[in-house]
Amino acid sequence: MDNKGQMLSIKELADMLNVSQKTIRRHINSGKIKSVKLGGVHRISREEVSTILEGEEIIEDQIINSGPAQEFPFPSKVPSGELKNKWSNHKGTINLVSPANKRNIDVIVVGTGLAGASASATLAELGYNVKAFCFQDSPRRAHSIAAQGGINASKNYQGDGDSDYRLFYDTIKGGDYRSREGNVYRLAEVSANIIDQCVAQGVPFARDYGGLLDNRSFGGVLVSRTFYAKGQTGQQLLLGAYSALNRQINRGKVEMFSRHEMMDLVIKDGKARGIISRNLINGKIERHGAHAVVIASGGYGNVFYLSTNAMGSNVTANWKVHKKGAFFANPCFTQIHPTCIPVSGDHQSKLTLMSESLRNDGRIWVPKIKEDAEKIRKKEIKPTEIAEENRDYYLERRYPAFGNLVPRDVASRAAKERCDAGYGVNKTGQAVYLDFAAAIERYGEEKAVSSGQDKNNRELVKKLGKEIIKAKYGNLFQMYEKIVDENPYETPMQIFPAVHYTMGGIWVDYNLMTTIPGCFAIGEANFSDHGANRLGASALMQGLADGYFVLPYTVGDYLANDIKTGKINTDTKEFDEAELSVKAFIKKIMSNKSGKSVDYYHRKLGKIMWEKCGMSRNAKDLKTAIKEIRKLRHDFYAGVFVPGSADNYNEELVKAGRVSDFLELGELFAIDALERNESCGGHFREEYQTPEGEALRNDEEFTFVSCWEHMGKDNRPKLNKEELKFDSVELKSRSYK
Amino acid sequence: MELLLKIWRQANGQKKGSMVNYEVKNIEPDMSFLEMLDILNQGLIETGEEPVAFDHDCREGICGMCSLVINGSPHGPDRGTTTCQLHMRRFKSGDTIYIEPFRGTAFPVVKDLVVDRSAFDRIQQSGGYVSINTSGNTVDANAAPIPKPDADEAFNAAACIGCGACVAACKNSSAMLFVGAKVSQYSRLPQGKVEAKERVINMVKQMDKEGFGNCTNTGACEAHCPKGISLENILNLNREYLKAKIIK
Ligand SMILES: Cc1cc2nc3c(=O)[nH]c(=O)nc-3n(C[C@H](O)[C@H](O)[C@H](O)COP(=O)(O)OP(=O)(O)OC[C@H]3O[C@@H](n4cnc5c(N)ncnc54)[C@H](O)[C@@H]3O)c2cc1C
Ligand code: SF4
Ligand code: FES
Repeated sequence: MDNKGQMLSIKELADMLNVSQKTIRRHINSGKIKSVKLGGVHRISREEVSTILEGEEIIEDQIINSGPAQEFPFPSKVPSGELKNKWSNHKGTINLVSPANKRNIDVIVVGTGLAGASASATLAELGYNVKAFCFQDSPRRAHSIAAQGGINASKNYQGDGDSDYRLFYDTIKGGDYRSREGNVYRLAEVSANIIDQCVAQGVPFARDYGGLLDNRSFGGVLVSRTFYAKGQTGQQLLLGAYSALNRQINRGKVEMFSRHEMMDLVIKDGKARGIISRNLINGKIERHGAHAVVIASGGYGNVFYLSTNAMGSNVTANWKVHKKGAFFANPCFTQIHPTCIPVSGDHQSKLTLMSESLRNDGRIWVPKIKEDAEKIRKKEIKPTEIAEENRDYYLERRYPAFGNLVPRDVASRAAKERCDAGYGVNKTGQAVYLDFAAAIERYGEEKAVSSGQDKNNRELVKKLGKEIIKAKYGNLFQMYEKIVDENPYETPMQIFPAVHYTMGGIWVDYNLMTTIPGCFAIGEANFSDHGANRLGASALMQGLADGYFVLPYTVGDYLANDIKTGKINTDTKEFDEAELSVKAFIKKIMSNKSGKSVDYYHRKLGKIMWEKCGMSRNAKDLKTAIKEIRKLRHDFYAGVFVPGSADNYNEELVKAGRVSDFLELGELFAIDALERNESCGGHFREEYQTPEGEALRNDEEFTFVSCWEHMGKDNRPKLNKEELKFDSVELKSRSYK
Repeated sequence: MELLLKIWRQANGQKKGSMVNYEVKNIEPDMSFLEMLDILNQGLIETGEEPVAFDHDCREGICGMCSLVINGSPHGPDRGTTTCQLHMRRFKSGDTIYIEPFRGTAFPVVKDLVVDRSAFDRIQQSGGYVSINTSGNTVDANAAPIPKPDADEAFNAAACIGCGACVAACKNSSAMLFVGAKVSQYSRLPQGKVEAKERVINMVKQMDKEGFGNCTNTGACEAHCPKGISLENILNLNREYLKAKIIK
């Protein structure tokens, strides 16, 4: 169909609204939808479609009522027994594959970030044959490279009372009691080993003058357990995993497919048996068979268009396995990071994070007096001209115990609250200050005293203080200056929250297997460990825990039953079908001969998501968002233009595939947010808050993981609930006061 | 501002390429260089043309995916800056900007400004690692303290983002700075010492095989490296290589 004012058939309208044809017929019969009969068939005019989109009827009909809890159809497989023995008992009793048999087993790993690279290396080392995929030109460029601040581990090197239990507890609490105890404890338990492993690989972590490893603090915790490598922790950890991967490539145990995009999952006899990929250089559609497929494709924050994720980060691999049967868990759980560089204009293509580690030393404030904020926005005064008593250090004021180090969701909402109330700075009013002046003074004085210099010499103190700040955060300050063209040593940084991480993802059991036998998900791609809010420096920890220490062993529990299968044949009807559907999609997306660019639609989607499914949400906006996304999806297929050809390097085509998946995910995201009638972690529903404006959980009704099941193109997704049980911690309302 | 762009266009590795002129308008100083190219591309798509292909991903100077030779300089005019971190305030209205791919025998063009840098991966595969298993059966991370200066130097060498600007800047297309950085990272850490000899020999062998040229000490690599990887690393590479060759 086209977009030139033609009439729509019932099927076209049903497709557009993502409802069944039966529903449309019912509404036509009841007169809710007006149709005309042309040649004996119902047709619906464009104007009528607009009316339908504006009304509530159709959509109301489509939101699923959660209903009473039902038996969750998949066991979480968390072992019984005491919390701290679960993992060792499980490891000791799960099925193993003998070395001789591993040689005959192939595993596909989609993604080479921390999770994918570490998993590929370890699987290969254990003896499996691995095929690894990434869309960048080298596995080293996976988005993990951009992580700045650090990685947590319960080493207790600082002797400040840290332990596995404390890390476990902080993570459960930080996640607002919406994650699985067993998984989180395992994460805490293996965390210390990650640091040993990385150091043995030659990862250059920051060290103190005694040559021992240094730590810093991150939000939401009261101990110092974060290991770091300046502001480039992700880079150094990823290069470590990349080197382990390279070693296995050199041994011939990993075959690497860079510049390849996974396009679909192939299932045979109910088991994951391979993937269809597209070679991004020559456009070839390829088949790859394997005994297991591991999805390590990262997060889907780019559904918001603007986020701190890399430009290519996408949901495609996740979405394809979801559509093939894997449950998608908690899609609406998104982390909005409080300290990012504010949007500067319409041209903006991405947002840049300023690491959370900066909150160790930076103080967050806005002017106390509204008129001052207005003058700042008009550039009539400078922030440094505002007297100390006229500054509102709102985090320190509201949360005296944690101050500037409250968790991310809390800090982000507090910034939004101040900006909405009219105290924001920057020309847009959408920014707050992160100020290092006090830290520079403090460090400078300390240094002056310890080096026997005059601490009353203000110039000297400032100079010394700046040197220390530079050593700690130099590259971040430089990055800020390049983008904003202001010197953060002299004037406070301007920051604002931005989409950063997705806690939601593919549902996995304790073995990290999805609801499709043989299909696994690790790293940010799965939903497992962070509940409704992730603590800083815990994603790197989870990615490496999954990849180095968990998946390579739990995969054996499944593969032990697959040792007699033999090589997977890709010359079957299942592969034929999957390949044909990929090709049909490409043909469809390339068929428009003119129109709007992919980015045009992606931006529109992002705007809907940010305004209606972003930092705070309400039922009315979410419903509107669902309708708007459906309409946008329809417009996208009718109007998107991808120039060039499909059998050549074609970035627009790649983007079109990703955006088409984002357009589907976006709807599920909004539905999930609408269904969760509570506020928890990063999910803030305006209807559910305390009088002080804090998130109000509803443990009675919502202590579960929302697991969405794809029910086919014409049907609404089905909500399954995995109830969460807490045996080792008591559910409390989260307080950082 | 308004700019005249002269951009290298090449349909694929087999076809010949040429410089093509484009005009862009309404460019703001706050835009990044790549956002300026986005605007050019959106315009091209609207008129039915194929956009200019260029590599990019993180857009914050860390993944090493972006490239481009801008007015003759890999990563453009600013020191210590990747192309994605370059902002348009560096240019003025009316400027003509030449945009070409990173060239070098070992970096064949894929399309337009996109080149194939997989030779770098193959060099790393030949020895850029410490041969320990990833099973986690290692000693405690603090068992062997590493003097801070060594740790810091290893870190500085490890900061290389593998972008290839050093090769593009060098008249001989030498990859010595890139290889030197990796070799130096490990040679400064106790973990890397065990295999130091095989590592340097294998990596240099692979480097030669890929068709990278020799180093004649012009220093262009260091000047264009966005991460400040110093020439020290080449000296160290030579030292390690000699050591490996002499001490059998
Ligand atoms: C700016 C920034 C800073 C951060 N800082 C920190 C920090 O300090 N500490 C912390 O703990 N966490 C941090 N995080 C979060 C953390 O970096 C990520 O959650 C984590 O690195 C994700 O790792 P991953 O291996 O799951 O996925 P990624 O590293 O995103 O890797 C995804 C891989 O999948 C591949 N891929 C994706 N789709 C496809 C497809 N369709 N076909 C083929 N291949 C595909 C990609 O090529 C890539 O190799 C930060 C995140 C951002 C954005
Ligand atoms: S040495 Fe510098 S220029 Fe060369 S690849 Fe590394 S970061 Fe790029
Ligand atoms: S795009 Fe990642 S370094 Fe430039």
